[in-house]
Amino acid sequence: MNEHVSPALRWIPLLPLAAAVLSGLWLVFAPRHLPRAAVILLAVGAPIASFAISLSQVFALATSFDSGQMFMTDNLYTWISAGDFHAELSFLLDPLSSVMILVVTGVGSLIHIYSVGYMDDDHRDDRGFQRFFVYLNLFTFAMLMLVLGDNLLVMFVGWEGVGLCSYLLIGFWFLDDANAAAGQKAFVVNRIGDFGFLLGIFLLFWSFADAGAPTVEFREMAANIGLLSEKVVALPSWLSFLPGFPSWGLLTLACLCLFLGACGKSAQIPLYVWLPDAMAGPTPVSALIHAATMVTAGVYMVCRMSFAFSLAPGAEATVAWVGAATALFAATIGLAQTDIKKVLAYSTVSQLGYMFIAAGVAGYSAAVFHLMTHAFFKALLFLGAGSVILGMHHEQDIMKMGGLRTRMPWTSFTFLVGVLAIAGVPGFSGFFSKDEILLAAHEAHDIPGHHTIWLIGLVTAGLTAFYMFRLYYLVFTGESRADHHTREHIHESPGWIVGPLVILAFLSFAGGLVGLPDAYGALVGIPQSNSLHYFLQPVAASPVHEVDAATEFSLAVTTTLVGFAGIALATLLYLVRRDLPAQIAGAIRPLYELVRDKYRIDELYDAVIVKPLVGFSRVVLARGVDQGLIDGLGVNGVASVFRGAADGVLKYAQTGLAQSYMFAMLLGGALLIAWLVGGA
Amino acid sequence: MKLAGLLTPQFWVFWIFSSAAVAGAAGVVGNVRNPINSALSLVVSMLALAGLYVLLEAQFVGLIQVMVYAGAIVVLFLFVIMLLNLRGSGASGAELQPLTKLVGTGLVVLGTLFLVRVLATGRAPWPDVDPSYGTTRAIGEALYSDYVLSVQVAGVLLLAGILAAVVLAKKKVD
Amino acid sequence: MGDISPFQFQVVAALIFMIGVVGVLIRRNMIVMFMCIELMLNAANLSLVAFSREIGDDQGQILAFMVMVVAAVEVAVGLAIIISLVRNRDTVNIEDASQMKW
Repeated sequence: MNEHVSPALRWIPLLPLAAAVLSGLWLVFAPRHLPRAAVILLAVGAPIASFAISLSQVFALATSFDSGQMFMTDNLYTWISAGDFHAELSFLLDPLSSVMILVVTGVGSLIHIYSVGYMDDDHRDDRGFQRFFVYLNLFTFAMLMLVLGDNLLVMFVGWEGVGLCSYLLIGFWFLDDANAAAGQKAFVVNRIGDFGFLLGIFLLFWSFADAGAPTVEFREMAANIGLLSEKVVALPSWLSFLPGFPSWGLLTLACLCLFLGACGKSAQIPLYVWLPDAMAGPTPVSALIHAATMVTAGVYMVCRMSFAFSLAPGAEATVAWVGAATALFAATIGLAQTDIKKVLAYSTVSQLGYMFIAAGVAGYSAAVFHLMTHAFFKALLFLGAGSVILGMHHEQDIMKMGGLRTRMPWTSFTFLVGVLAIAGVPGFSGFFSKDEILLAAHEAHDIPGHHTIWLIGLVTAGLTAFYMFRLYYLVFTGESRADHHTREHIHESPGWIVGPLVILAFLSFAGGLVGLPDAYGALVGIPQSNSLHYFLQPVAASPVHEVDAATEFSLAVTTTLVGFAGIALATLLYLVRRDLPAQIAGAIRPLYELVRDKYRIDELYDAVIVKPLVGFSRVVLARGVDQGLIDGLGVNGVASVFRGAADGVLKYAQTGLAQSYMFAMLLGGALLIAWLVGGA
Repeated sequence: MKLAGLLTPQFWVFWIFSSAAVAGAAGVVGNVRNPINSALSLVVSMLALAGLYVLLEAQFVGLIQVMVYAGAIVVLFLFVIMLLNLRGSGASGAELQPLTKLVGTGLVVLGTLFLVRVLATGRAPWPDVDPSYGTTRAIGEALYSDYVLSVQVAGVLLLAGILAAVVLAKKKVD
Repeated sequence: MGDISPFQFQVVAALIFMIGVVGVLIRRNMIVMFMCIELMLNAANLSLVAFSREIGDDQGQILAFMVMVVAAVEVAVGLAIIISLVRNRDTVNIEDASQMKW
């Protein structure tokens, strides 16, 4: 058996949970909040400890690879036991989850440390400080449950948990209605995705049970997936317009349902609308949840279910195309944004699109690689943005910034590293991960239109380089456009904040080395240098593409050139000829405004979906059914029937006269006697 | 004492006393002018019943009937009527309408017929009983041996009744 | 008992009982109503004693005795109530005591 039980695994999610529960219970029941040092110790210590344990476990796993042991498990208890079906609360550490827990606990710990400095500014109330870390720890717990779960149910628990914590953290400063609304929007949109996810789970479970192997556990499903590969689902006649009518593959349908969930959680079209709004939350939240970890849950889920997706070509193509469309779409919106966090938000949506392109073309290791590098540089960028916001006294409009390079040197430098990484400048981590994705797309001959997808990815890379450098130039270079008062107080951020920035900058630069493509490694004499790829092979197998080094290099050069073109254009518009952007915007005003207003998709959803639904609920359901039918007819109606009977008929028996009562008694007595004697 | 012949003493006793009882009862109900008249009719009825009890060889019961019912209860009624100073039909309610009398009589007839249907047992009449049946001694012995508990309870009940009557009828002291 | 059958005693008892019933229903004077109730009790006693002689067991007489005891108590308490009632309302008409009307 290539399985090993490791009881240490459970502590990875449980330590943050313990910290959250302890701190949370204290907040609820104790009269005063904990002293700040205690909060920091508890809240930051837990994820760091989890990281340490994760590191040791992954190391143990990696070293035992040679002896054939591919994964470790830890079973807490049997959750459901019904006939042949068992679902355990159990954790699985295999190559895929190894990468995830290292990213979550590693980047997570850095963000926890950063938050100590960032939330310190929140002098409004100290309970807020403790509450923030309770939520943050709770989130870490849920995310770890999601990635460590060995079956769909545990994953779903984590899935819902991160959704909840996202809601709590986005609306952290809930006294402002806009923040609360943003949190609610995130939760509701996520819910739509969750619906799809649940349908997928049900479909899979039911099918497996039908085929005689009821299970939701990943390894068991993977082993038995052959049972389902030929099954089809008959479509009802009113769906005749769909391609593939009259029947769809069962796995295709299930994977599409699961993908809907991924769209919700990972902000793909059409469910991405919550992510830009989610910027209402504190910046560390944006960094952790909406850049590095939670939004990657969808990508993780697709990779985890790769054994199903690889048998469902229709679903795979859908994933790739949706990812491509989202990547391009979001990148165009990012071109015209003026809020520093909004630019990064749309950039995140776009980069997530890249990850789904990779997953769709079965380049699972490429998707995970980009997930990892993106976690590094996007967290870096967000934390840097947070530092800028603090330094600018909560100003977020980049049009009012400028020239921060001299006043905030550390922030500026680390931010530049992040920008270089995301733009795909050679040598930085983003370059390698993005290239691997584009290579996989280029070589994926079984996905229809894959060359177009590659082209979309290429163009988007150029756009990404452009708008990220635009951001950098507008914020950090040139003359400061801030008002006098703010300008006086611009300062570099304290050590709690700068420290994580530096570490993440290093990772953004050097993190690409674990996925160094073999071709490059060969140049410097390292065989099989793409360690990450080979590490992930047992779990998320990518089809083998025989690619010669020439193709790989030429593609890389193309991508680099496109990237540099973007950088050059940005340099022209925002460093050299700063007057041009306004002129260009003026020339194409309607188009510019459409893009700046994010294509008014939110307004569209509001008009087509939200308003009718709310109106229907208010008029039909609330007034009609609830008040009219249930209250009026049911509750009050039944009561009034009795009231009518009593008031109209029954009360007249109470005459108050003793004689009428006696007469009634006699009558009753006579009847009783008659009945008793009647038989005799 | 069994005597053959149509007009035995029992025959006369029965019919005279039962007529008196029924007449007295009707008098209670029918006397509208004065409640005192009703009360006196009641006395007549009760004495007649006492006679019937003796005919049924229930001497003790008959004795108690006279002493308690006729002698105490009705007297109590009379005391209360006189205490409350009721006089004539003004204070004692309206006259009886003719329709009411008709309905009442009809009800009496119907009810009696109904009840006797229930009360007819069809048993062989009058077994022999030994001479101590119904004597005070016999009843007393039974009361204080088999039914002593009932006697005690009755005593408590009487006590409660006395207290209740005193409390209820007292005039409020200012 | 000569040729008086037990049935005849029952008829008398039934008759007196029904007269008492009708009296309660018809009369409005509270005290007279009460007297009619006493009539009913007496009728029941007669029935009891007659049956007792019919079967030759004196238990019926003992029961009749208990009925009398209870009747005595009941009259005492009932009349006390009537006295308070009349004192409060200055009327002995039952129809003036129907406050529990709907």
